[in-house]
Amino acid sequence: MAFKDLPNDSTAKTVIVATALCLVCSVAVSAAAVYLRPAQEANKAADMQKNIVAVSGVDLDGRSVPEVFSTFDVRLVDLETGDYAQGIDVEAYDQRAAAKDPTQAGPIAAERDIADVKMRERYATVYLIRDAAGAVERIILPVRGYGLWSTLWGFLALEGDANTVIGLSFYDHAETPGLGGEVDNPAWKAQWDGKEIYGPEGDVQIRLVKGGVDPSRPGAEYKVDSLSGATLTSNGVTNLLHYWMGDDGYKAYLDKLREGQA
Amino acid sequence: MSDFDNKKILAEPVFDNNPIVLQVLGICSALAVTAKLETALIMCLALTVVVALSNLFISMIRHHIPSNIRIIVQMTIIASLVILTDQVLKAFVYDIAKQLSVFVGLIITNCIVMGRAEAFAMKNPPLPSLLDGIGNGLGYSVILIVVAVIRELFGSGTLLGVEILPLVTEGGWYTPMGMMLLPPSAFFIIGLFIWALRTWKPAQVEKPDYQIHAVHRTEAV
Repeated sequence: MAFKDLPNDSTAKTVIVATALCLVCSVAVSAAAVYLRPAQEANKAADMQKNIVAVSGVDLDGRSVPEVFSTFDVRLVDLETGDYAQGIDVEAYDQRAAAKDPTQAGPIAAERDIADVKMRERYATVYLIRDAAGAVERIILPVRGYGLWSTLWGFLALEGDANTVIGLSFYDHAETPGLGGEVDNPAWKAQWDGKEIYGPEGDVQIRLVKGGVDPSRPGAEYKVDSLSGATLTSNGVTNLLHYWMGDDGYKAYLDKLREGQA
Repeated sequence: MSDFDNKKILAEPVFDNNPIVLQVLGICSALAVTAKLETALIMCLALTVVVALSNLFISMIRHHIPSNIRIIVQMTIIASLVILTDQVLKAFVYDIAKQLSVFVGLIITNCIVMGRAEAFAMKNPPLPSLLDGIGNGLGYSVILIVVAVIRELFGSGTLLGVEILPLVTEGGWYTPMGMMLLPPSAFFIIGLFIWALRTWKPAQVEKPDYQIHAVHRTEAV
């Protein structure tokens, strides 16, 4: 029997229609995925570069974002030892993917996991800005931690002394718009400039405090005004800084960098 | 073809038979993506394209869809179109695609798309179906744009990111309404919109499902 004579509800026609439809749809979807992938990857990379350049506080001065980014020294840090990792391709390493990969990341003991990171990867991608003589001027470190609803993914930019903050900026989070979402507010972000991470003893002192910061009081250099109406997001930001600046995070690396050993 | 009034098919869903305010479909995304006008515009465009093309394709093969698998066939076509839209957005307007996040994918479950496929495209030729899809997309868009304009203007003091009302926090005079940035405000705005539209066009007021009669004492006994 010819196809057009088959009754619509016969088993044969049902199978033929379903198969044909699936074939057509899957070809269309896969073709789109394959042809659009390069553009999507390029967008993703460009977006990440934009975030890194923005947090670094480097003046674009008429240059394009990729141009500025290409002057950054991208290195991998072994978080266990605080040394630069050898023999791993920096370009190909995806820290965000590694954080979810059990072969590249290990679980963190619950009492140490103050930022609710759960799994920590061994290698972190850091971005260094060097002056003409090759000395480190600025350091940009990826950080993350749980706020109220979501993991906040961001970058912390430090001066070459590995202590003074230039900026903190989150590129991916799902906190409440208008409350915790104010972590994106430029006025709030501007407060971070010039704050200090470590106290004289080398312990992490930076934190968000309620009720504003009085610059004349001692310790103001470690305090940032928290977000109003967003206690849990603010606590999350404090916790993630304490985690990533602490022994499990970049402390070993930053100590070595300060002493000129890294 | 002549018994179809194309202009009517296109225009009717915008005010007379609006998918959101009359049929009350597609509310979920209307709440989620209207905090900013820019995301709302892209969402409208994405939904209009999906509903128009899904209507077109379903209508083209409507005589060959076995009725026992018709819902699955419709879903497959709609889902494929949504994935294509999502991929295209990610490739060409990455920043906005990032803000829309899951809501583009959720067009699949938007009742407007499924509703028009089942109610219109299965019974009508391709051209009117395409127009019906565009009309319903426009109907959805009108509401989303109105809601987004109100929410962005009063919630952030901007429109399309351009400052209209200078905020107190940036040295201006306007204290933003934080409520406008939260999803419930979209409920209130859509509710007010339904009220306004039904006052303008009383024919849209539904009869109550059940009404308590004033019973006379002698009848009750």
